[in-house]
Parts: sequence; C-alpha cells; structure tokens
Amino acid sequence: MSSAALLQVGLYLAALLLLVKPLGSYMARVCEGRTGGVLRPLRAVEQAVYRLCRVNPAQEMHWKQYAVAMLVFNALGFVVLYVLQRVQGWLPLNPARLGPVSPDSAFNTAVSFVTNTNWQGYGGESTMSYLTQMLGLTVQNFVSAGSGMAVLVALVRGFVRRQAASIGSFWVDLTRSTVYILLPLSVALALVLVSQGVVQTLRPYVRVPLLQATADPNGAVVTEQTIAVGPAASQIAIKQLGTNGGGFFGVNSAHPFENPTPLSNFLEMLAILLIPAALCYTFGKMVKDTRQGWVLLAAMTIVFVAALAFCWRSETQVLPAVAALGVDARTTAAQPGGNMEGKEVRFGLANSVLWATATTAASNGSVNSMHDSYMPLGGLVPMVMMQLGEVIFGGVGSGLYGMLIFVVITVFIAGLMVGRTPEYLGKKIESFEMKMASIAVLVPCLCVLVGTAVAVMTPSIGASLSNPLPHGFSQVLYAFSSASNNNGSAFAGFGANTPTMNLLLGMVMLLGRFWVKIPVLALAGALAAKKHVPVSAGTLSTHTPLFIVLLIGVVLIVGALTFIPALALGPIAEHVELAAAK
Amino acid sequence: MSTITKVKARPLFDPQIFRRACVDALRKLHPRHQIRNPVMFVVFVGAILTLGLFAHALGGQGEASPGFILAISLWLWFTVLFANFAEAMAEGRGKAQAETLKRSRRTAFAKVLADQDYVPGQGKPSASLQNGRIRPYNSDDLRKGMLVLVEAGDSIPLDGEVVEGVASVDESAVTGESAPVIRESGGDRSAVTGGTRVLSDWLIIRITSNPGESFIDRMIALVEGAARQKTPNEIALNILLAAMTIIFLLAVATLLPFSLFTVSTLGRGAVITITVLVALLVCLIPTTIGGLLSAIGIAGMDRMIQANVIATSGRAVEAAGDVDTLLLDKTGTITLGNREAVELIPADGVRIEELADAAQLSSLADETPEGRSIVVLAKNKYGLRGRDLHSLGPAGTGSSPVFVPFSAQTRMSGVDFDGVQIRKGAADAIQRFVESRGGAFPAAVRTDVEAIATQGGTPLVVATTRAGGPAYVLGVIRLKDIVKGGIRERFAQLRQMGIKTIMITGDNPLTAASIAAEAGVDDFLAEATPEAKLKLIRANQAGGRLVAMCGDGTNDAPALAQADVAVAMNTGTQAAKEAGNMVDLDSNPTKLIEVVEIGKQLLITRGALTTFSIANDVSKYFAIIPAAFVGTYPALAALNIMRLATPQSAILSAVIFNALIIVLLIPLALRGVHYKPARASKLLARNLLIYGLGGLLVPFAGIKLIDLLLVALRLT
Repeated sequence: MSSAALLQVGLYLAALLLLVKPLGSYMARVCEGRTGGVLRPLRAVEQAVYRLCRVNPAQEMHWKQYAVAMLVFNALGFVVLYVLQRVQGWLPLNPARLGPVSPDSAFNTAVSFVTNTNWQGYGGESTMSYLTQMLGLTVQNFVSAGSGMAVLVALVRGFVRRQAASIGSFWVDLTRSTVYILLPLSVALALVLVSQGVVQTLRPYVRVPLLQATADPNGAVVTEQTIAVGPAASQIAIKQLGTNGGGFFGVNSAHPFENPTPLSNFLEMLAILLIPAALCYTFGKMVKDTRQGWVLLAAMTIVFVAALAFCWRSETQVLPAVAALGVDARTTAAQPGGNMEGKEVRFGLANSVLWATATTAASNGSVNSMHDSYMPLGGLVPMVMMQLGEVIFGGVGSGLYGMLIFVVITVFIAGLMVGRTPEYLGKKIESFEMKMASIAVLVPCLCVLVGTAVAVMTPSIGASLSNPLPHGFSQVLYAFSSASNNNGSAFAGFGANTPTMNLLLGMVMLLGRFWVKIPVLALAGALAAKKHVPVSAGTLSTHTPLFIVLLIGVVLIVGALTFIPALALGPIAEHVELAAAK
Repeated sequence: MSTITKVKARPLFDPQIFRRACVDALRKLHPRHQIRNPVMFVVFVGAILTLGLFAHALGGQGEASPGFILAISLWLWFTVLFANFAEAMAEGRGKAQAETLKRSRRTAFAKVLADQDYVPGQGKPSASLQNGRIRPYNSDDLRKGMLVLVEAGDSIPLDGEVVEGVASVDESAVTGESAPVIRESGGDRSAVTGGTRVLSDWLIIRITSNPGESFIDRMIALVEGAARQKTPNEIALNILLAAMTIIFLLAVATLLPFSLFTVSTLGRGAVITITVLVALLVCLIPTTIGGLLSAIGIAGMDRMIQANVIATSGRAVEAAGDVDTLLLDKTGTITLGNREAVELIPADGVRIEELADAAQLSSLADETPEGRSIVVLAKNKYGLRGRDLHSLGPAGTGSSPVFVPFSAQTRMSGVDFDGVQIRKGAADAIQRFVESRGGAFPAAVRTDVEAIATQGGTPLVVATTRAGGPAYVLGVIRLKDIVKGGIRERFAQLRQMGIKTIMITGDNPLTAASIAAEAGVDDFLAEATPEAKLKLIRANQAGGRLVAMCGDGTNDAPALAQADVAVAMNTGTQAAKEAGNMVDLDSNPTKLIEVVEIGKQLLITRGALTTFSIANDVSKYFAIIPAAFVGTYPALAALNIMRLATPQSAILSAVIFNALIIVLLIPLALRGVHYKPARASKLLARNLLIYGLGGLLVPFAGIKLIDLLLVALRLT
C-alpha cells in the first residue's frame, strides 16, 4: 500500500472514530428524549408531527404493538411509493416526460426503498421523475433509516428496562430519529455537497451541442447531448447518511454530478459509516456502560480494516494471466496503479476500495466504482461483507441490532464455557431469546441461498448474465446477497431488471428486512420483561479484548462458513482458475 | 482444593455397562428416539438415504461407485451409533449407581397395622401376626399414609416418617456410612428411607410415598431416557444447534442447483453427487455436541449421585451452576460443632493461676474437645503442665481423684480429690452447686457470663469447695466457635467465582459478625428465624440472584421451597426433603459448594464441546469443498491444503473423523471438562484456547492421518 493511500485510509478512519463520541452521545440524548436546551426548535417540529398525526407520545407499546405499527407504516410507505411510480407521468415535476414505471420494476423499487435496500434495477435519470425521486425515494430514504433506528432503540430498551411490559413507542422513536438526527445531518451534508458542485435543481435536463459530431449505432449523425440534472444533492446526502445507497443517477457516486471532488468523495464515504459507527457509542451510553459500545465498535472496525486490506491486496496484485494481457498495473506519476478496470481515475484505487468495503460493510450500497470489474477476490470482499448479515457497521440501526443478535449468540456459547446460564448486560439468554436470535440469523442466509438457487434454475437466467461462469454465478450470488441483506449494491453487469428478477429480489428484500426486525422486536420484548442479574466475578465480561476476538470468531464462522460452498463456485473458483492460468 | 476430585469416580469402562450400552445403542436406532435430537436425526436420515443410494448403485447406474457410497453410509451409521452409545453409557453409569441403592430394597413384606387409626403415644403395640393386629403386605402394595411397624432386623419398606418409637437404623445402603443413625418420632430426625434396615428397637412409620415414587425411584427415572426432561439451557442450546443444522442444510441443499447450473452452463465436470452432499452436510452440522448433548446432561446427574447427592430434577443440577448466593448454616458448615476455650476470667479476689489450675484439673479427664481445649489453654497461657490424673492423689491419703463426668441431670462435670470438689458447667448449674454448699454466686461473675453470652461465646463457670468452708466461684471460661480449617480459602474461591456467601446463625449479631469476619463470608444473617431466612432469600431473588441453601428441619421447608437450589439433608424431615430439590445422603452441609461446582462443570462441558464442534467446520471445508468441485474447476485443487490423496479419500476421511471424534470425546462428556474455580474471564480464556483453538486445529491433523491410513490400507 502506498503511503498516500495509507494516509487516506488513516485519515478516513481517524475522522470516523473521532466523530463517534460526539454524535453518539447526541443520539443517545435524543433517543432518551432529553430534547431540551438548544434542541427546543426541533422539539417544536417533533410536537407538531405528533399533533398532526394525533399520536400520544406518552403511550408506550408492547413489542407486538410496536411491530404492528412498524409494519403498517412500512406497508403504507410501499403503497404510496408504488402508486407514485405508476402515475408519475400525469404528475408535475417531470420535465423529462418520463412515463409510468413498469409494474414489476415499480414493485421492486418500492420494496427496495422501504426496506432500506435501495437496490436499483433501473437507471435513475431515465426512469424516475423529479417528483418520484423527491417525494417517493428521498422520503423513504429518511423513514426507512428512521425505522431501522427505531427498532434498535427498542432493542436497547429491552436490555435497559427491568420487568417492563413495553419497549417504547414506534411513532416517537421514528419521529425523533428523523427530526433530530437524519434531517439536520442531511441538510448540512447537502449544503456542503452543493458547494462542491453536486447538482440541485428542478430545471429540465440540459441539452448541449457536442464539440465534435459523432454517429449513433445506426449511422445517424449526433450533434447534441442531453445532460441529466435534478435535485440530486438533497437525495445524495440522505442516501449516504441513511445507508440507503440509491443513487440519483444510474452510475451512483461515480457520476461527476453526484460526487464531483475529492472532498465530496471523502464526505460521502464518511457519511456511509458515520451513523452506524456512532450508534455503538449511543448504545453504550444508553445501557450505562460505554465500554459495551466500544467493544462492538472495535469488533466492527477490526473486521472492516482486515476486509479492506484484503480487498486492497487483491486489487493491487497482478496475476500472471492478467499481466500477460498487457495490463500495466504499475503505480506511476500518471496512474494510480493496480486493477483500474471499472474504477474512476479521479478516485484511484485507494478511494475505490475504501468505498467498496465501506458501502458493503454498512448496508449502503452506493458505489463510486463498479464492483463487477474487481478482481475475483477483490469482488469477494464486498460479497462477504454483505453475507455476514450486514453487521460490520451495517445499516442505520439495523447494523447494530444485527450485531447484537450475534452478541447474543456469542454470549450464549461463551457464557456456557464459564459455567453459567449466559447473560448479557444482566439479562439471561434463554430459549426464547435463542429462538429469536436464530430466526434473525437464519432468514437472511435462507434468502441468499434459496434465492440464488431459484434464480439459477430459471430458464431465463442466461439473459441476465453478462459474463461466463464462474463470474456469471458470482453476479447472481452477489445480487441475492445484496438484496437479502438489504445492501443494494450490485455487480453492475448483472441484468436484474427483468420481471422474474424484480419479483424474486423484491421478495428476498422483504423477508430479509422484516424477518429480522420482527424477531429483534420480540427479543426486545422478552428482554425487557426479565429481571436484571447483578454482575459478579462469575459473570462473563463482555467488554474485554477476548470478547472482541470471540465475537469476531462467531460472526465469521456463523456468518461466513455458510457461504463457503457457494463462494467456492463463484469468486474462489474464478480466482484459482485465473491464478492457475498461464 | 476442589472436592470433586474426592468423589470416587466409577471407572469409565466398566465392562458390564459397556456391553449393555452397546446393545442399547442399537435399540436407540428407533426413529421415535432419534427424532428427539434434531442434529442426529439429520445424520440418521442421511444414513438411510445413502444406504438407498448404495442399493441403487448396485444396479450399476449409481451416481458413484457402490463401494464409496457404502463406506460413507456405514460411517454415517457409525456416527449415529456412537452418539447412541454415548447416551447409553451415561445412562448405564447412572443406572449402575442407582442399582446399588435399589439393591437394598428387595420386595419384602411389610407389617401394616390393622388399626390404621392408631394414635401415637401408646407405646409399642402388642401386635403380632398371630393376634391379627398386624397384616402382612407386599411392599409393592403399600400406599401413602399407611402405618407400618418395623422391628429390629426388618427393612424399612418405603420412605416414611416415624410417628412412634426410637431405633437405630443402618442407612449404609443409601449413604455408604457404616455407623448406624438414630431415628425417632418428632423433631428433625424422623424421616426414614426405604431400603434401610432397623438394627435395634422398633418404629411405627407412616409411609410418605407410593411404591415407585420415592426419591430413589425419581432419581433412577431421571437418568433413564424416558422420564428425562430437557433442562432450560439444554433446550436453548438445542435451538441454536437446530438453527445451525438448518443453515447448513440450506447451504448444502442449494449446492445441488448451483452445481447443476455450473455444469450445464460450462458443459464440463460432473454434478455433485447426493452422497457427497450428505457427507458434507453431516460433517458441517454440529454432530459432536449434538451426539454428546444428552450424555453430558445425564453424566451431570451421575456426578451428583457420585457425590452422594440426589437431584430430583435435571433443572436443579443446571441451576446449581448459576447460583450466585449461598446461604450456609454456621454450625457444621462454617464452624465445627465443638467450641474452644480462649480466655479465663477470674472472679473477684481469685488469682488467675488459681482459676487456671482448677479449670485444668476439672478437665484432665474430660475427653470432649472443649475439655481438651481448656487443658491446652491453661498450659499455653498460664504455664501449667498437663498433669496425669493419677499423680494427683497424694500417696497414702487413699483418696485417689474421682472424675465426675457430665450428666444431663447435673449439667456439670469436674473432679473430686483430696476432699475438694471442683466443678465446671453452665452458670445456673454452678449457681445451684455453690448455693447448695453455702456459697453465693457473685454478681460480677453473673455480669461476665452475660457478657460472654451476648458476644456469642459459651461461658463455663468454674467453682470449688473448700475444706470445711462454703463453696465459691473461681471464675469463667470463655468458649468460642472454631472456624473450620481451610474454609476461608474456600470462600475466597467462591468469591472469585462470583458467588456471595451468607452465613445463617441463631447467634446474636455481635457473635455472628466476629465469626463472619473470621471465616471470611460476605454477609451474615444473625438471630435467624425461618421467616427471616425466607425473607432474605426473597430479597436476594428480587435482586436477580439465584440462591442455594441447605436445610434439614421442618421449619426450613418454606425457605427450601423458595430457594432456587435447595439441598435437604438426608437426616432431615420428610417435609424438608419434599421442599428441597436435592437430597444429600451424607447430610453434609458443606456439600452445597460441591453441588455448585458440579452444576458449573455441566454447563462448561456443554459450552466447550459446542465450541469445539463449531470450530471443527473450518478444516472440513478444506477437505470436502475441493474434493467436491475439482471435477468442474480443476484449479480448486489448490484449496486441498492437507494434500489429501483423492477426492474420495478426502470426503471419506472427513466423515470418519467426524464419527470417531464422538467416540474420543465420550470420556470427556462423561467425566466433564476439568473444572477449577476461577474468575469467569480466566475460565473463558482457558477453555477457548483448548476447545476453540484445539477445535480449529485438531481436525486438520486428524483428517490427514485418516487419509494416510486409508491410502496405506489401499481402501481408496
């Protein structure tokens, strides 16, 4: 790794970790409802929302009521978004005169944005009107992240509360995380991005004369070009901060209007991991033991850095078979070196690899380079990061509650080894908790594996693949890993906008999101109802380096071992074949 | 220090148990039994499936060579059998222990009183078989509540409660203790156990359990599969194992479409065979822990029995590991029953040497520990040599000293010589003695006596007669409790394990505090009444703690019922035994600590083998994945880091290792992992190193070794 690259990575991690504590304690303050002082103006907004929706913020919910509220809210969001896409042609703010989105694509997109996946089977600028982007997609960017954060807060309350029947109010948690956290951060980021040159306009697409005339495939002379613009900055800010990842333009943050400068690139990358990382501290603060939060952050950071290093190494290493094709991968003053296919020369290897690892570690899914073009093992990294269940930082809220599920499993195995019924933060982990934790781990695995299996057995699969095997298989596996774990990134060559794929991917997105959220809420309810066991020397301490190692071990073994057979037929086979080729 | 080592272990491979376990392993192949264990059920189905594939392959159109399929199938059957065998071994050992207890309880006839409305207090009924006031019953026909007469030489037919009489009873069959014990009506020694024998006198007992319901029966049922209920942690672990099994089932099942797709698209290689998929599945699912899980649970009960503790449920054994508060009775657990002299306080006008001399003289022939401690105190503190009683009598006077032993009537002991009577005893007894001989009991001594008593010591007053004069009081000896040797270290160890100890005593708070400090307990409950005990338990439980206690009296019953782990003494009343969830046959209150350790060991064994089992998967991937797909992608051979000979030998080696590891770990499952009390973090680090890292590395060596053997034997 060159020193410039190391410096960039170091700067990134330092900035991220420095922001964890201030943002984390701010979020803890918000989640606990301490919204006086300087937050009073925002509280007026919060109260206005309650009055408007006739919600009594003091009314607490049992976990089942909480789950129902969350499901109903998301179902409504789905319906609105679906209808909006279907009727966008008759609605205003559609300067490009885009027609209705096809039913299967609209279904896929609605599911995708409601579940915080933001998988995009479509190209933004050629499919969605400004209104759909703003009123549909951007709104879901906020509330899908907010609803993930709400579920996390409910789970944390499960650990904190003692013999309680309720776990808080979904409406309050959703409103607070949106009003106090997501909105202010997005406004700030959007303004900075605009200053860097990210477009933000409601004007129609711009038509400009070409400097040099060219010909289209039919031989006709082309002298004019249409440049897509739109209200991008406002959507990009939240797409990064809310681990959404759905780009305004088709090529996402590789597009110069989405990501014009090194600073915008740095900030957008920072925004990917910012909230998920800071939430660890929020968690520690809320359970009144910040060490517990730091431990989770440490485990996440270690896996992240290891993955990053591996990905980096795979992208810089030039296999003989590739070198034989005359690829010049040297680092010189003129080029950043390594495998540059699919990467923006503006960003180079370091920022591409860093983004790729971060966006798949968090369930963001935005890209500034095309993962499809990575070396086999370089592409394996983002895939594995998703297959781990999006718990290395993960989505806003969802990453941490996913990690807490792994903590529960770790504590269960390790707790037995110290000779006691396992307990975490004073709560005993018994059969009901194990049942819920198992479902939460099982369902995304099931979605990835069964989804991929069904996809490869569909007769039309050949049409979606843009590469021969084994890379073609990797494309399918990547798509289902991404959708099932609500990431949203893709091996770009994969043709997912077919009715079958839209439907199949939509289904796994739904299952992967809600069949984790519901067991997590059940877990929260069960934990809240429990007594608190006082800590003693016989208690397994969950704030030690040993626990970090153990947690990483369980995440890797439970999360990754499941996919080794499938990976062996995809990226691993591709790599060994490439390595063996002369 | 650990007392577990003191429990004499049954040899691991008793040939008789071994033979029976082999037969039982086959019997347990019944699907009804297999379905109880989801992990092993998957292996069972896999074994049947591969057997079918073998039959199909014999027809010549199989997916692989019949020999290979048969080998895989056979080893899968072995895997199932080995797991069955482990369970059968654990059951066998438990049953063997139970049998020794049961053996004493032959079907005997019992003498049932014809007059079932018999009112106690009439003395021994002049009953015999001849006069018809006794009816012979087969002990199997006895029912709860019947009154039975047992006389010297009779066996007690079933558990019961003495309603009349006093007798010495040989309980060696149950406790292993050869000295007979006294059983009498009323009080805390009224419970009798079925199968024990009356040595002298007679008893009328009320039967308290129906045949087949006594606690020995319950214990036997617990180690036998049928009545064994899964314990809460076992259920939770089973859920985790089932979830992992499902995940791996998916991972393996989806390989078939993946392989079909790959092979049909590329047009080279062969689709992965069902046999290999089954082999991969069995290797990946946690069969090691799945196969040994029930054996571990039964073995935990077993170890309890070997410690002479009978648990009435597996749940109680498991809860013992979770206990974080121990209520310990002072007497017998923390202190010896006896007391020790620590101080002499002379009365006004008496020199201390005079008191010491008299105290020593009066105790020379006193063989009780208290008496001896007085002699020692006088010698060490006041320089008086121990004297021989016989040297005292001056030769020629003819009055050799006469030792007056303690009696319940006088409540004094002492010595008469040279016409002088020296007496020591309780204050009121000495007062009577002095006053009857013209003396007075000084008020200052009375104050001393009371002061000692309030501080929890036992005051002994020493008095003497004077030739011709009135008797007078010499002073007071202070006796205090002796804290058991090593108990302090034991409590320190418990504290390390995160267990809080609370001493329960009837003493006043001052005494309790001083003993508590000396013994190093964390807390104490002084002037304990049954209500106060109950309250203490509830308060601890409300704070989320799990409380263990032991007790023997009927008045302990409510507290025993409330405690999470309650060990009743075998000598205790029936009410106490019913209220507790364990019975200690040795009636040793210190046993509580051992019970906790056995509980912990049980949980650790489960956790360690689960970790081992999961860590094993890594190496198996390296064995099977390249072997399975090398036909499609020849370059995958690079992953064969163990350099296993052929794809078939690789797969077979992994399956064989997977089966053999179960057998190799049976001794560990039966004995439990080595447990040494330590802090949780230390325990975790140690077990993780052995079973986590070991689990990661061992199979690499094991699989390679088996592969080498297979090649050497030309079996591939």
